Amino acid sequence: MTGTGQLLRLILRRDRVILPIWVLLLGLLPQLYLSAFQGFFASDAERIQYAHVSAANAGFAGLYGPLSGDSLVELVVWRAGALPVMIGLAALLTVIRHTRAEEEAGRSDLIRATVVGRWAQLAAALLATLVAGLVIGLLVTGTMIGSGQPAAGSVAFGALFTLSAWVFAGVAAIAAQLTSSARGARMIAVLVLGVSYVLRMGGDISAIGDGRLDWLAWLSPLGWVQKIVPYAENAWWPAVLALLITVVTVAVAGALLTRRDLGSGLLASRLGPAHAGAGLSSSLGLAWRLHRGLLLGWTAGFAALGVVFGGVGTSVVQLAENSSSVSEAFSKIGGSGSVTDAYFATTAGTCALIAALYAVQAGLRMRDEEQNGHAELVLTASVSRFSWAASHLLFVLIGPALAMAAEGALAGATFGDVGPVLSAALVQLPAIWVLGAVTMLLIGMLPRFAALAWAAVGLSFLILIFGPLLEFPGWAMDVSPFTHVPQLPAAAFTVVPETVLTLIAIALAGVGLLALRRRDIPA
Amino acid sequence: MTEAIDAEGLIKRFGKVTALDGLDLQVRTGEVHGFLGPNGAGKTTTIRVLLGLMRNDGGRVRLLGGDPWADATRLHRRLAYVPGDVTFWPNLTGGEVIDLLGRLRGGLDPRRRDDLIERFELDPRKKGRTYSKGNRQKVALIAALASDVELLLLDEPTSGLDPLMEEAFREVILQEKRRGDRTVLLSSHILAEVEALCDRLTIIRDGRSVETGTLSDLRHLTRTTIRAELTGPVNGLASIAGVHDLTSTDGRVAFDVDHEALEPALKTLVAAGVRSLVSQPPSLEELFLRHYTRDEASR
Repeated sequence: MTGTGQLLRLILRRDRVILPIWVLLLGLLPQLYLSAFQGFFASDAERIQYAHVSAANAGFAGLYGPLSGDSLVELVVWRAGALPVMIGLAALLTVIRHTRAEEEAGRSDLIRATVVGRWAQLAAALLATLVAGLVIGLLVTGTMIGSGQPAAGSVAFGALFTLSAWVFAGVAAIAAQLTSSARGARMIAVLVLGVSYVLRMGGDISAIGDGRLDWLAWLSPLGWVQKIVPYAENAWWPAVLALLITVVTVAVAGALLTRRDLGSGLLASRLGPAHAGAGLSSSLGLAWRLHRGLLLGWTAGFAALGVVFGGVGTSVVQLAENSSSVSEAFSKIGGSGSVTDAYFATTAGTCALIAALYAVQAGLRMRDEEQNGHAELVLTASVSRFSWAASHLLFVLIGPALAMAAEGALAGATFGDVGPVLSAALVQLPAIWVLGAVTMLLIGMLPRFAALAWAAVGLSFLILIFGPLLEFPGWAMDVSPFTHVPQLPAAAFTVVPETVLTLIAIALAGVGLLALRRRDIPA
Repeated sequence: MTEAIDAEGLIKRFGKVTALDGLDLQVRTGEVHGFLGPNGAGKTTTIRVLLGLMRNDGGRVRLLGGDPWADATRLHRRLAYVPGDVTFWPNLTGGEVIDLLGRLRGGLDPRRRDDLIERFELDPRKKGRTYSKGNRQKVALIAALASDVELLLLDEPTSGLDPLMEEAFREVILQEKRRGDRTVLLSSHILAEVEALCDRLTIIRDGRSVETGTLSDLRHLTRTTIRAELTGPVNGLASIAGVHDLTSTDGRVAFDVDHEALEPALKTLVAAGVRSLVSQPPSLEELFLRHYTRDEASR
């Protein structure tokens, strides 16, 4: 493991921007939730009622996990229940970025030829990620104790976050040994994360009902860390279990590393066709090949989300109809109207934000193609810049639309009322397109800063999550395109904002396309 | 149309860096033209301007009679390009990439495609990420050579090939040359390759052309090395303008001589009586090195 220290410094240097961002963001979010909740309830009675209703809500149990009690800090822990997924994602991406991605790019050959041990690269990547996870946990523990919460519970809360990072760092370390491509390794690790989330979701929803399937949560590392139940139980044995799995996965990854050559994976890559199919004969055909995996993945994921949201819609009706505080809580986020209407308006808005991530991801493929030198091959083979960009742009626009339609249709079908739920999803499209068009604009005009498109989605996310809770001024809310979308089915459909958003999207994408035609490639 | 490429005074800046600083390049239709220069001299930038990927900030450029920036798409039907650093899509096979690029250009000759695949010993069923640099280069070369185009722009096409494949590449280009209807711009710094293949060449440095012409034209500009064993004493060699680095010991002389001074120098040697004589014409290598070391020294 000679050279680990130096490689660790290299990682910290390369990630000096992104690493502090996710560590700080994820570490400080619980504190933000705490402040938000403190202002949210007028009285203790209101909070207790909110907790009771929420605890019995299957949808919330699915998204956030079980709610252990009615104290303020338990509400915070429960609300932060979706964050371990984010932490796991950040951890696994970091590990793969500094192991398999380096190897695939051929930079590992350079490093490994110097005085660096066989395990040094893996050790450095893991060390950076494990320390980042530890810092997140310490931030949580520190801010919670600083806000006057019990120390033991705060340590347990921090451990929950830290272990979420550790377990998936270990999973990623194994995934990085299996495939020869970083993309394949990411897919495997993200799949493990996704399955863990779904298993935990199933177990926790079942626990609220008849409890026959609550063992499902025990199959998921995300379930284990949640069994720590900070502030209520502070159980240590699930933490030990998670720690054990971290040690085992890291050891397995280290052992696998010695069984393969540099650059190769344990899963051999298969041979493909020697001739191109008839579809692969235009820039559109190529774009389909490059985007179809994303499109199918996102659409399938959104369809699954739709089933969950639709199924939960039924329990929202049963649980919340007689509770004024819940109605009020929902209407604060989703506008006036019945509880279910507000619920579906909220889920549509949340899905739309996630779909905007897809739009940006699909748009930035174009920039990747340019930077990898792939665009050059196509553009010098008699494809105009316009049709090259338009082929990609098509998937930026249609991809999220298909994903939203799948979510809306399946949520509606599961709930038993397709029309309104599907429309609620579809009216979000113009706002998603605006963010897709922002990506195109950046690629055309500020190619080196194209990744700022993520920030645009991040900003919209912050406005949606914290705006109503912290009562942002109107102009700040208006920055997000999602603010302007009619909150169907809770509100009525309005033509003007939809048209204006669509026109803005067309204008931004148009300017981006024109700018792309005028600049150097690669830039 | 006698000139496939005609660029004059090309200027290209990237921020404060001037990549091309008044570069001239003339390539005649039907010739194989060598394009030489050290790393960072501006070869790739020039080719990108010729391809309309980048717009020149100054100067004039015509490609196949058109404007490479404005008529890019139309002109690209008539040319094929092999980048110096070929990468392609990790999930597409080599065969798929060859077909795709050929179809985008308006079709490729399937028999020639298969012939070239065999010649370059490429397995077209492998996925993009599993190819080595040399194999990726082969894929791009096959896609370019199998297309029915007038102009080939090859940016260091053999930098990743092994000697056997380099030889195969030379044979294919010589074949193209015999057909006579294709123009090739070959950027390279493998001098033997340029010597073997090119009719004319242009040498650039720091974004500027420093020499252009046929190989023999350029040799005229350089010195021949002479070593001789003499029967009698020699007089007056040192006073001939154009004789350099003269050494003389025990009736052996060695010197470099400029092209124009070759005749008087030889006459002087003959007058002294020659026992043996070795003359070494300048290789492209020397030509190249001389240019850069001289310029390096004068900087």
